[in-house]
Amino acid sequence: MASIGKIARRTFLVGAAAIAGGVAVGYYFYRQPWPNPLEGETAEGEATFNPFVKIASDNTVTIIVPRAEMGQGVTTTLAAMVAEELDLELDAIKVEHGPASGAYFNSAMMEEGGPFPQFDHSMVAETMRSVSSAIGRTLGLQVTGGSSSTRDAYEKMRHAGCAARMLLVEAAAKEWQVPANSLTTAGGKVEHAGSGRSKTYGELAVAAASIDPPSEITLRPKSEWKLLGKPQKRTDLLAKVTGAPIYGVDIDLPDMLYGTVRMSPRFWAKIKSADTSAAEKMPGVVKIVRLETQTGDGFGVIAENTWAAFNAAEAIEAEWGDSDYPADSAGISKKLQDALAGPDGSSLRDDGDVDTEFADAPADNVLDVAYEVPYLAHACMEPMNATARLKDGVLDIWAPNQAPTIIQQVCGGVLGLEGENVNVHTTYLGGGFGRRGEVDFSIYAALMAKETGGRPVKVTWSREEDTRHDTYRPAAAGHFRARLGSDGLPQAVDMRIATPSVLQSVMRRTFPSLSPAGPERLLTEGAFDQPYTIPNYRVTGVPTDLSIPVGFWRSVGNSFNGFFHESFMDEIATKGGIDPVELRRKLMADYPTALKVVETVAQMSSWSESAGAGRAKGIAFTLSFGGWVGEVVQVAQTNDGIRIEKVWIAADLGEVLDPAIVEAQLISGAVYGLSSAMSQEITFADGAVEQSNFHDYDAMRIHQAPEFEVTLLENAPQMGGAGEIGTPPSVPALANAVYALTGKRIRNMPLSKEVSFA
Amino acid sequence: MRLTVNNQPIEIDADPDMPLLWALRDLAGIKGPKFGCGIAACGACTVLVDGAPVRSCSLPVGAVDGDVTTIEGLPEGNTLHVVQQAWLEMQVPQCGYCQAGQIMSAVALLEEVDEPSDADIDDAMSGNLCRCGTYPKIRAAIKQAAELKTKLGA
Repeated sequence: MASIGKIARRTFLVGAAAIAGGVAVGYYFYRQPWPNPLEGETAEGEATFNPFVKIASDNTVTIIVPRAEMGQGVTTTLAAMVAEELDLELDAIKVEHGPASGAYFNSAMMEEGGPFPQFDHSMVAETMRSVSSAIGRTLGLQVTGGSSSTRDAYEKMRHAGCAARMLLVEAAAKEWQVPANSLTTAGGKVEHAGSGRSKTYGELAVAAASIDPPSEITLRPKSEWKLLGKPQKRTDLLAKVTGAPIYGVDIDLPDMLYGTVRMSPRFWAKIKSADTSAAEKMPGVVKIVRLETQTGDGFGVIAENTWAAFNAAEAIEAEWGDSDYPADSAGISKKLQDALAGPDGSSLRDDGDVDTEFADAPADNVLDVAYEVPYLAHACMEPMNATARLKDGVLDIWAPNQAPTIIQQVCGGVLGLEGENVNVHTTYLGGGFGRRGEVDFSIYAALMAKETGGRPVKVTWSREEDTRHDTYRPAAAGHFRARLGSDGLPQAVDMRIATPSVLQSVMRRTFPSLSPAGPERLLTEGAFDQPYTIPNYRVTGVPTDLSIPVGFWRSVGNSFNGFFHESFMDEIATKGGIDPVELRRKLMADYPTALKVVETVAQMSSWSESAGAGRAKGIAFTLSFGGWVGEVVQVAQTNDGIRIEKVWIAADLGEVLDPAIVEAQLISGAVYGLSSAMSQEITFADGAVEQSNFHDYDAMRIHQAPEFEVTLLENAPQMGGAGEIGTPPSVPALANAVYALTGKRIRNMPLSKEVSFA
Repeated sequence: MRLTVNNQPIEIDADPDMPLLWALRDLAGIKGPKFGCGIAACGACTVLVDGAPVRSCSLPVGAVDGDVTTIEGLPEGNTLHVVQQAWLEMQVPQCGYCQAGQIMSAVALLEEVDEPSDADIDDAMSGNLCRCGTYPKIRAAIKQAAELKTKLGA
């Protein structure tokens, strides 16, 4: 359907691409250089207007939200952007993820990937942002990450809705021979008040889709918004309270087989010898296959049900090679310490003259401390999984994932297929947190699908496999010094942080032939880019050569650098005899957005008042992903251990499109961070991860969950992300509260090494 | 092997040692109970057996000696269970993966206690892990469901 429109628009697009390359009018700009992937996918009587909108003749309006729904609410907030411009309520539309396509590129995520603080608007920083954004568009990277979905979609999805509405209006105007500006839209209809005529969007869709898209678009002013800016009922919750089969593990296809994997417990180690004969004879086992991949070496077990596959995987006898990294946690720690002590490193912040300041510093005025944090697992509730079918030269992959075009490209490469013969179907995600931007689970399923004679195979990892083959939040070590002036304020701060490179690790697994270059912001983000003014202020990242897979873990570098920076600030405040809030007021004076956040959270938590006997409060602040967040944690000593009683959060991420969802994300991020701070660590012995399941890698439970109070400010000039920003300050706020309560300054995570929690 | 699931008799050909979870999911096509850990440590697989909450990942299907209720069996016709209604009203789920298990545990709690205290909720729900941190809303929704239930019962 809409084939005339398709031809007309494609022709137009080629023309526009040739002459413009980047027309300022959003809608065309965002379509370049990618065609609409919905063309050719529409059902009989259905028309598509752009990559985000399909309308069927029965008036079903489908909005494509091409980002992974992992609980952060994209299927509501992004859909609301389109629905707002289409004059529709959210219960009047259908939401689909849509196909993998470059048309769904994410440029906002790339924009803030450079080595600049978010508040740096220098020409160099802005030029880099613009170049990075263009790279995102050209590569067609369809990725959900970097807390970027809302920012990235904000213009383009409203444009998509607006353009579709304008075409529907124009189609009606043509048919009724009336001026377009005499028509209105409401409730899925175009109406002409003068004559009382009306038609549904569905009735107009095919005609509308054959009209060339408008060249000028005027978005609804904020004052007319009906959906955006207000809490919406989420579009995905009915499915989620009724147990609907919406996740990757729920995929059910005709003639489907089941499977699992058993990969080398030592990363990158090859199999030395193996005996699979006992496993192969077990009931329900179909086949055991070798997997030699860019993400690891091991076995795939294909069976008639998941349980049979799990049992057989355990029964495989294998001897694995040695690790090329230190075999235990002590050795890994030494490697970090050696890197810290060595000469390497690059400083993304280097204000004043730090070395001179410390050269003549009186010893009494100097703080000199060491910090260390462990590797962490993502521990998504839904274990890694993917379903694959290879039939007639076409690979279909169903996976809960955050990077469909990358999976398409990598799995196509692994199987020797062109991208057009690889279809990636993105399901709902039972947690993502960065883990599901990886390709390992899809590669394994794709390779196993080669062995089934065209039958689909659903490959589910056991929790043990998931815990022991994560792409971990990296371990990190820090050496921090401060010189205090006679006023108690820091005159010089020098932070040196050693940690393995997440980018290099991701590239090795994803695109082994490429390697990233240039200074990496992930090493020190959360420390080098904070809104503090200190005359001599240096933050140095030392990339440490450790090949244990590390990846994007909710808030990435901010997750540990936020802890380093803000716990160290607390130490500075203590040594200088200055209240931690007062210290920040002074150091953040140049950044009114930050100042307001700190003052707000201090007021919310009655900071200046004592928490009472046996109770204490701690504060921390982190700017990450465009979100300025202050958190105060109150703890109490109980007979069963320390209880986290209450958390106050003040956050400023600029304009808020759904306050209820943003609040839920802030709380979620804080719970994620607090869980890690309380007890989580991934340790190594004999080259393998020691933890395996929730009994030894647990997270906060309901009886440990504090009460939360959240205030959203909207002073920041730029829109920030919501999904990750609650995490970084939660960890130091808790550590600082524990210090205030117990006098123990805990510099090595998790806190359970020195205190116990109720 | 014969089971009664959501008031329907079902016939499955399962190894009696197979956990109920996999018999439901892979053999009977009932996908509400989720696989999270396999060792009864996360609660995502929670179902009711004769009304009592059970971690189906760790119960051999051959040992099931009662009627099984999964989340699919909660609504009465087109009417959601009060716990599901409260979950919607409070907008509890985020990723949602643990929520079928959370809801089943909450249903069992409210069968036992009409007006659960915070301590009752802690006791009944601490076996259900949520990585999205929806706990404050779960607590509020359970209280809301208790109110709804009283109102409907009255």
